[in-house]
Amino acid sequence: MSVASQDNATRTGVFARAAIYTVLILFVVYYLLPLYVMVVNSLKPLDEIRAGNMLALPQQWTIAPWLSAWSTAQIGVSPTGLKPYFLNSILMVVPAVAISTVLGALNGYVLTKWRFRGDNIVFGLMLLSCFIPFQIVLIPSARILGELGLAGTVTGLVLIHAVYGLGFTTLFFRNYYEAFPTELIRAAQIDGASFFQIFRRILLPSSGPIIVVTVIWQFTNIWNDFLFGSSFSSVDSIPITVALNNLVNSSTGVKEYNVHFAGAILAALPTLVVYIVSGRYFVRGLMAGAVKG
Amino acid sequence: MLRKLLIGAMLSTAMTGAYAVPSFADEVEVLHWWTSGGEAAALDVLKKKLESQGITWKDMPVAGGGGEAAMTALRARVTAGNPPTAVQALGFDITDWAKQGVVGDLTEVATKEGWDKVIPTALQAFSKYDGKWIAAPVNVHSTNWVWINKKALDAAGGKAPESWDELIAVLDKMKANGISPIGHGGQAWQDATIFDAVVLGIGTDFYKSSMIDLDPAALGGDKMVEAFDRMAKLRTYVDKDFSGRDWNLASAMVIEGKAGMQFMGDWAKGEFLKAGQKPGTDFVCVRFPGTQGAVTFNSDQFMMFKVGANQQKAQLTMASDIESPDFQSAFNVVKGSVPARTDVPDTAFDDCGKKGMKDLAEANTSGKLFGSMAHGHANPAAVKNAMYDVITRHFNGEMDSKAAAKALVDAVASAKM
Amino acid sequence: MAQSQAEIAPVLTHRPSRTPKEALQEWLPKLVLAPSFAIILIFVYGFIIFTAVLSVSGSKLLPDFSTWVGLGNYVRLFNHPNWITALKNLAIFASLYIIVCSVLGLGLAILLDQKIRAEGLIRPIFLYPMALSFIVTGVAWKWFLDPGIGLEHVMQDWGWTSFSFRWIKEGQYAIYTIVIAAVWQSSGFVMAMFLAGLRGVDNEVIKAAQIDGASTVTIYRRIIIPLMRPVFLSAFVVLAHLAIKSYDLVVAMTDGGPGTATWTPALFMQKFTFGRNEMGMGAASAIIMMMMIFAIIVPYLYSELGGKNERR
Repeated sequence: MSVASQDNATRTGVFARAAIYTVLILFVVYYLLPLYVMVVNSLKPLDEIRAGNMLALPQQWTIAPWLSAWSTAQIGVSPTGLKPYFLNSILMVVPAVAISTVLGALNGYVLTKWRFRGDNIVFGLMLLSCFIPFQIVLIPSARILGELGLAGTVTGLVLIHAVYGLGFTTLFFRNYYEAFPTELIRAAQIDGASFFQIFRRILLPSSGPIIVVTVIWQFTNIWNDFLFGSSFSSVDSIPITVALNNLVNSSTGVKEYNVHFAGAILAALPTLVVYIVSGRYFVRGLMAGAVKG
Repeated sequence: MLRKLLIGAMLSTAMTGAYAVPSFADEVEVLHWWTSGGEAAALDVLKKKLESQGITWKDMPVAGGGGEAAMTALRARVTAGNPPTAVQALGFDITDWAKQGVVGDLTEVATKEGWDKVIPTALQAFSKYDGKWIAAPVNVHSTNWVWINKKALDAAGGKAPESWDELIAVLDKMKANGISPIGHGGQAWQDATIFDAVVLGIGTDFYKSSMIDLDPAALGGDKMVEAFDRMAKLRTYVDKDFSGRDWNLASAMVIEGKAGMQFMGDWAKGEFLKAGQKPGTDFVCVRFPGTQGAVTFNSDQFMMFKVGANQQKAQLTMASDIESPDFQSAFNVVKGSVPARTDVPDTAFDDCGKKGMKDLAEANTSGKLFGSMAHGHANPAAVKNAMYDVITRHFNGEMDSKAAAKALVDAVASAKM
Repeated sequence: MAQSQAEIAPVLTHRPSRTPKEALQEWLPKLVLAPSFAIILIFVYGFIIFTAVLSVSGSKLLPDFSTWVGLGNYVRLFNHPNWITALKNLAIFASLYIIVCSVLGLGLAILLDQKIRAEGLIRPIFLYPMALSFIVTGVAWKWFLDPGIGLEHVMQDWGWTSFSFRWIKEGQYAIYTIVIAAVWQSSGFVMAMFLAGLRGVDNEVIKAAQIDGASTVTIYRRIIIPLMRPVFLSAFVVLAHLAIKSYDLVVAMTDGGPGTATWTPALFMQKFTFGRNEMGMGAASAIIMMMMIFAIIVPYLYSELGGKNERR
């Protein structure tokens, strides 16, 4: 609860509030600037961009770049636009997020409510896994996927993303469940409830906020991943970031910046929607535990 | 739980039917980084050609870093044991992969079609390993071009420079005329592209001994100091915002007349054409002053990987199609480069393209066709990048020419370890 | 640690259960945790060992376990000017990034917590950068910071002709522009963490302080900000992890330039392993990076996990 809520308006002072709003608005501008650059330039013909002045409004408005990025831009040899790659990403992201979230919840449950000798060491080791640079795991992961026969499959991508998300999901749930009253669980257990019954009936119903946080975090990270997506996907499973990268990173071809920016915004729409729609729950979820180290 | 996890994942994919399709005999999977408008459209010609022969093209584009991202993905694919059929590759990367014993063999089709006779020997050095053909060259880019805005040139005397001194004179006039004489992007590979041309301009023998043979005496000698001095001189004609600029924005400066000229490979032509400019009337293409008759090149090749016996036929067909004169012509007209074989008719090409083809054939016979250092055709990646470090540092004023020549010797020695 | 577990859940873990079903119940938690732990052991710690082995091998294009160079790769690494630059840059980047993000995050959270009317509108604006991939927002930043076409150009067009902002073009300042863009990307997330923390502060404490006549500033300084300690630590973990892995950002904005002025360790590792076919040296740089990460994170974990027990 804020301090100001105890204050009444006169005590805070008009000037102070004006200052607060000014600062906030300045930062709103700071945060919106790159988006502004992207949107404005995505609505200009290429000539205007070539002529300079990236911050000016379009002299001639056009939505052609958006249409091109969506359905006709060259991604590989065929001019498909980004359209076909959305489904690939969704097929990869949804199972990966689901698996890592479920496992993270179970891990958090065990690590806080069924503690055992060395549980903190186990947790510490899992947490440290958040910090390894992904480039180093590329080659050995490829070997393991090859051995499992999962190389170049969606399943393989899901597996890899789920594995490298475990550290964070476990962290989130552990910190959340830590604050959950252990007495309730003890009482349920005396009543004869089993391990999974307690999880399902007692913990899960009140896990809403932390599930939101975990899902947002995982969804964003996996959706935006490029390294694994480009290395472990195959022709039929190329995710959207790889397609976007192919759109914008031409080597020796003409760069259509307006199409690039339109494509970037399109590719980010799902994550943007997730953030905006669940932003409120996000803060609530963080509040409910994720930040209580 | 691992099993549960795997089963869960499999179920989720099975429900949506997104399994990787098992390989069929008549298909080729192609890993490449030609993803932007013109070049991808050019490659589509090959795809159509293969499809007309009943071979399915499975497209696996991974762009970024001039092929670095694709090479990263390729490592994962090879390690996992499912390499693509064909992979776009450049210069020494092909040799490096061949050393790993994972590449296929095209000798059968190459012998039948007589590739030895029509493909320049300097290219063959990369397409062959251990006496076997392992890659099919698609094109030859030459990198020692200058693209000059015609109006700016006319205002500066109208004569395209043919020697270093003439170049400086033209640049001085352009500067006096109030434009930025050189349109340049300060990225390591662009700095190195100019460096290539400068070294070649000092002497073809010097280029060979320093850039290709990596002779320490040449790398650290007086001529190298002179090369760096020339770089420093060129630096004074570059606008102050050059650092980090993409090459095509530098081209745009020349197109718009804000800059006088750009030193860049022949792919820059695409930018000029796309902007509706015509060679000869709106812009002029000449060889870097002092390098007439010599060509530094880079060549995109499709390196073939070992595949099952059932896919070999498709692989060989693809290789044969790549080397067919009609594809070579159709592709390179679009791409801006010139054909990888010297017997392709030049009728479909514009003036700059015709000139490029003539130069290539001449340089090939006179022995003045050299792999470009800046584009990975003079020495392996480690050495190339070690040179980049020094060239770009020097160009950004972090060291003087003498120190740069010395640093070049050290960097190359360290990278060769 | 053992005592604390006994305090928390003596009933759960020390019940004398002997029937098979009860025995299963006792083992079930560990069985549930085991697969995740096993996977992490293989996919993280196994691979770290693999990398350590690579770092003493002469691997170039692919892993090669036939030639060994001992510590040769490490010696070359620390003699390489780009690595030294990368380490300096990481020190500048990480410290500035973590400090600025934390301060800004806390500051914005406090401001946003003053019953701001448009909070629902402003919050997502602060948060959204985290949702975007840097493949392209990097380009937007690069343009914005470019003096020829971005901010400087616009300011001069608007009549402020002496305005100059060309850090991205200058070797000694370029790394700071990367800090600016990185702060843009993640400070909103940190703000959300602090906002959550502020909303979790007990009302009674504040009321009591107000009755004692404490000013708003004092309340924040003496009571509320100290209560944010766990948030600072969580934010630190998230930010440190982003700082050390910062790669996309640098590639998109400067790709290491001008010259080699903005190389970072993550860029170094990627370029050497995959661009320069120097896998052994790339692995050596990765091992050094991980040693640095662990040197920061392990004490944190120790204090956090150890500290919990003391609090109880």
